Amino acid sequence: MEIRVVENLLKANEAVAAQTLERLAKHGVRAINMIGSAGSGKTALLEATLPRLRESLGVAVIEGDLQTTRDAERIDRIGVPVVQVTTGKSCHLPPQLVLRALDGLDLDAIDLLFIENVGNLICPSEIPVGEHHKVAVLSTPEGDDKVLKYPMLFHLADAVVINKIDLLPHVTCDVGRIRSDLEQVGSRAQIFEVSARTGEGLDGYIGWLLGLVG
Amino acid sequence: MHELAIAQSIVEQVEEVARSQGLAKISTIRLRIGALRAVVPEALEFGFEVLSQDTPLAGARIVIEEIPIRITCHECGAISSPEPGLAWLCPACGSAVVEMTSGKELQLDSLEVED
Ligand SMILES: Nc1nc2c(ncn2[C@@H]2O[C@H](COP(=O)(O)OP(=O)(O)OP(=O)(O)O)[C@@H](O)[C@H]2O)c(=O)[nH]1
Ligand SMILES: [Mg+2]
Ligand SMILES: [Zn+2]
Repeated sequence: MEIRVVENLLKANEAVAAQTLERLAKHGVRAINMIGSAGSGKTALLEATLPRLRESLGVAVIEGDLQTTRDAERIDRIGVPVVQVTTGKSCHLPPQLVLRALDGLDLDAIDLLFIENVGNLICPSEIPVGEHHKVAVLSTPEGDDKVLKYPMLFHLADAVVINKIDLLPHVTCDVGRIRSDLEQVGSRAQIFEVSARTGEGLDGYIGWLLGLVG
Repeated sequence: MHELAIAQSIVEQVEEVARSQGLAKISTIRLRIGALRAVVPEALEFGFEVLSQDTPLAGARIVIEEIPIRITCHECGAISSPEPGLAWLCPACGSAVVEMTSGKELQLDSLEVED
């Protein structure tokens, strides 16, 4: 006997993410899910952009990390409110933990909430955490073949930040190829070429972020 | 790696359906998975085998229907599959204003129950 079910396999996660979105909406918070490989520079980008965003916006960070509190300490050091979520073995930030992390933040004081996901290109793009926008972070030492290998993330991303362009003279990475591969996965993302280290290209990315807050 | 997370959802959701509908022995679990999800069937089957071991679902077979990526043109309405290696453009009118209308599925479709 065959029984039709037709259920989304992510429905439990999506239901929790919807609760998070509802809570954020009550306080007028926009949330950004930052997704990228381990070491691509997600935390470095936060360190480079938050001090400037803070001049005109309320900002805060939820830091997803497998084991350590190192990234949360880096954000704390620049004086931005941060809640650490340790995911243990999970390869992505589970939406339940993000929902709970909201309790540790003064939502009324926040316009833009950054959620740094666990360093991984697959699972975090499958599992929503209650974000309004996805930002994919790529870095030039990873090479130029990631877009076609992980099409889901790049299809869904609202912005793609190509970080560590200061290293372009030393690494094999064709930024033009990344751009054309993005077209091949139907991307509508804004693309920013930046260096979190030197600050090059950050103006455009910061401008885009400021534009997200109405 | 993400196959394991998907396998976990399958075990949880199918157990829930089996419980609520009083199904005894499930022999086959049919899934619809979009090509964009980049799911490796063998990895999903293996993950399911491991995670279902001590559950009533142990031994059930996973059958995956892969759903191709399809794009629908906003200008002329034509539905097409993007050519591998090329940008997503409408083959009928050349427009780049297209929307993906299938290929993202991650769905539990049906269960086969032993009578
Ligand atoms: N040269 C150069 N190095 C960078 C840049 N951005 C980050 N880095 C370095 O790259 C390393 C990883 O940066 P992180 O910001 O910790 O990367 P992450 O993505 O947060 O890593 P995980 O949280 O572990 O996933 C650090 O040593 C940074 O100093 C950049 O623009 N240029
Ligand atoms: Mg980090
Ligand atoms: Zn058309």
